[in-house]
Amino acid sequence: MTHTTPHPDKHLADSTTTGLNARLVVDRPAFRLDVTLTAAPGEVVALLGPNGAGKTTALRALAGLTPLTDGHLHLDGTPLEHTPPESRPVGVVFQDYLLFPHLSALDNVAFGPRCQGVGKAEARARAAAWLDRMGLADHAATRPRRLSGGQAQRVALARALATRPRLLLLDEPLAALDARTRLEVRAGLRRHLAEFEAVSVLVTHDPLDAMVLADRLVVVEHGRVVQQGTPAGIARHPRTDYIARLVGLNLYRGQAAGHTVRLDTGPAVTTTEELSGPAFVAFPPSAVTLFRDRPSGVSARNLWRCEVTGLETHGDRIRADLTGELPLAADLTTVAAAELGLRPGTPVWATVKATQTHAYPA
Amino acid sequence: MTRSVRRTRRTLRLAGAGAAAALALSACSSSADSSGASGAGASGSAGASASPELSGTVTVFAAASLKESFTTLGEEFEHRHPGTKVSFNFSGSDALAASITGGAPADVFAAASPRTMKTVTDAGAASGAPVTFVRNQLEIATRPGNPAKVSSLKDLTKSGLKVVLCDKTVPCGAAARKALDAAGIELTPVSYEQDVKSALNKVRLDEADAAVVYKTDVKAAKGKVQGVEFPESAGAVNDYPITALKNGRNAEAAQAFITLVRSADGQKVLGEAGFLKP
Amino acid sequence: MTPLDKPGAATGLRTGRPRRRRAGAGGRRVVPLPLLLPGLLALAFLLLPLLALLVRAPWRSLPEQLGSTEVWQALQLSLISATAATAVSLVLGVPLAWLLARTDFPGRGLVRALVTLPLVLPPVVGGVALLLALGRNGVVGRWLDAWFGITLPFTTTGVVIAEAFVAMPFLVISVEGTLRAADPRYEEAAATLGASRFTAFRRVTLPLIAPGIAAGAVLAWARALGEFGATITFAGNFPGRTQTMPLSVYLALQNDPEAAIALSLVLLTVSIAVLAALRDRWMTTP
Repeated sequence: MTHTTPHPDKHLADSTTTGLNARLVVDRPAFRLDVTLTAAPGEVVALLGPNGAGKTTALRALAGLTPLTDGHLHLDGTPLEHTPPESRPVGVVFQDYLLFPHLSALDNVAFGPRCQGVGKAEARARAAAWLDRMGLADHAATRPRRLSGGQAQRVALARALATRPRLLLLDEPLAALDARTRLEVRAGLRRHLAEFEAVSVLVTHDPLDAMVLADRLVVVEHGRVVQQGTPAGIARHPRTDYIARLVGLNLYRGQAAGHTVRLDTGPAVTTTEELSGPAFVAFPPSAVTLFRDRPSGVSARNLWRCEVTGLETHGDRIRADLTGELPLAADLTTVAAAELGLRPGTPVWATVKATQTHAYPA
Repeated sequence: MTRSVRRTRRTLRLAGAGAAAALALSACSSSADSSGASGAGASGSAGASASPELSGTVTVFAAASLKESFTTLGEEFEHRHPGTKVSFNFSGSDALAASITGGAPADVFAAASPRTMKTVTDAGAASGAPVTFVRNQLEIATRPGNPAKVSSLKDLTKSGLKVVLCDKTVPCGAAARKALDAAGIELTPVSYEQDVKSALNKVRLDEADAAVVYKTDVKAAKGKVQGVEFPESAGAVNDYPITALKNGRNAEAAQAFITLVRSADGQKVLGEAGFLKP
Repeated sequence: MTPLDKPGAATGLRTGRPRRRRAGAGGRRVVPLPLLLPGLLALAFLLLPLLALLVRAPWRSLPEQLGSTEVWQALQLSLISATAATAVSLVLGVPLAWLLARTDFPGRGLVRALVTLPLVLPPVVGGVALLLALGRNGVVGRWLDAWFGITLPFTTTGVVIAEAFVAMPFLVISVEGTLRAADPRYEEAAATLGASRFTAFRRVTLPLIAPGIAAGAVLAWARALGEFGATITFAGNFPGRTQTMPLSVYLALQNDPEAAIALSLVLLTVSIAVLAALRDRWMTTP
């Protein structure tokens, strides 16, 4: 999140001559992708969105594997929309890597340069250098099936980078890894992406991956861009339920008048900010306090009658999903949950202090 | 079945009249030299005049060269004996003999050579001794108009000429080999075909320039090939024997069919197809 | 799988565990009779005729039967022509399989059906069709003859053509199935690395489907080796040139069944030997 953009605010201005400037329109039966995407050289953009949002379709369109119905695709000022995938200066790291199982790690990485006409010895030397850079010099002769998940991921990255692409695409680069490997690989990937001088676009449904790896997030839902910005900005001001859930916030939309936001669904939320007109109001689940009986001595003005629909353990805390006057998520300690005797169907009262809510214009 | 029955049949046969008369007479006239053939296999009162009593299917295994004439005779037989059906299996004589000795349920076997017939009689599959009912002579088949200008057996050795023969394991091949040997002619064909019809077809399709086949096959091709007679064929005439079979299921009809084949009417049909009288 | 073996999703760990343990302790799982009995019957049905061939083989006269040069000539011709036919099938059939599996063109379903036609066509009819197409007077053959002086019937090349005609569909169908089962995204990955479709096919797809191709080639080879009808019809029968083992067996059967059995045994032995060798070498997946 602290990862700074190498060229802040530059991507829009320069995108006509350098970097990526694309409008990707792909029509499918019962689905339409229409996404505008720009990125400056050196920038890492994450396409974030739920499954079926069209992220992978956008990635395939960038790689040339799925033809555009409409729109354009310029990379460093060159139109690529009619260029076949093999002629695009684009490297792809596929979700399950798709390392060629019959080739060694070295030959996998050398494959790209060989296809570009580099001699066999030279291509292998380049591949060896890439593997060395990835810390995989000892595994050059290893077949993909003998590589661990993290090693395979790095070979896939080396293979994509070995063609010296001007656009690097990563499809769910960490999804195939287990939790522990993921942590390690994520850090390594971040370093390599930071070193990469051209545009990187990664697709993920994991907000943590997106926030750690990317300079800028583009949130895609139902084939459209619903929000974009820096990870911090998006986390602070989510504009859809999906993003709010991703960043762990309760998010509501309503009409603000003074310190009160009246929600479209009926109840009102009192806030510290003073606004008017359409507004979002958000608060973290940890700001919610639950009671079995209507609290009497509580000063909070935000008090709603709810019912527990689900309980989920998150580390040492329990996340309770509530319905009722206001659907919300609440975090509480295991001790508190036990004292309250929570189980699905339990009626509860939920309160939130106004100081812990955050309202902003919609 | 039994001898007493056979005697009965003869009397009945003499009493034959109408359309069946000719058939009956010819059967009688030939009985002198083929009494063995109409021997044990004959049964019941299967005289031609008693045709209403014949019924069921008679299965005839016959050499491929007999196809056209036997098909005609089969129709004639069914016409004369309503309620019967003649079922044919035309193929190379050797293949037929092999399936007969292997137990195929056939009533009649008509072979293109005594040698093939011998494998059947040796196996004890024939009922009675076979009789020769026609003979067949070899002829050279060429394309219509004889573009290769073949006029003798010797011409077949001309270079560049593609000649097919039957394989020596089938009668037409054995006969051709006999004729060639007798004439002292060294002939290397392009192929030894598995039966006479495939040899002929190679000429019809213009894959071969000439084939040594039977006169009857040339006739059956109805102008699609042209026949060239050669004198050496006289030394390699094939006898066609016919017999009823032990494994048959319709002995009466089998005998009646053989009788028809050997009758004057039958011989007329066979003669028209190019066969020689025995 | 019997209903008892089905791990029910609703079954909790408590009931699931002991059952699994019991299955482990009890050793093998029971083979259901409705599968076992027909399976064994099928095996017997397939092996019995071969067994009969062995039982009735003229073992005593076998050395004498096999002493003739014609036998070895026919065997040699069979092996050479079946191998050549397989090679032809590979060179032409694999690209056809790729076209059928990886491209979309109008009437592809029809083309696929047509490709399999030689599988159902009686081989003799196939032979006649070949004569009509490639014979001296055939649709194409007449031009081959007129322009190049090439005639195919009655030649060893004709044998190879007849065998390839009958065997190639086996290869195409087998390879197409393998291609369809293979992940096309490997080709996409190759494309993003700069490989043209042909390079992707040659360097990625081909090695990936090699086991399938080998299996198809073995099928085609076996079919070519046993091919009779199309061969004798199209290429004729001449010892040393077009008389392959099946032709020689068929003609021997006409008047010398013992010789035919002896020849069949030779063919059987050689094909079993070759198939076993291939199996160890190529047909096991890497």
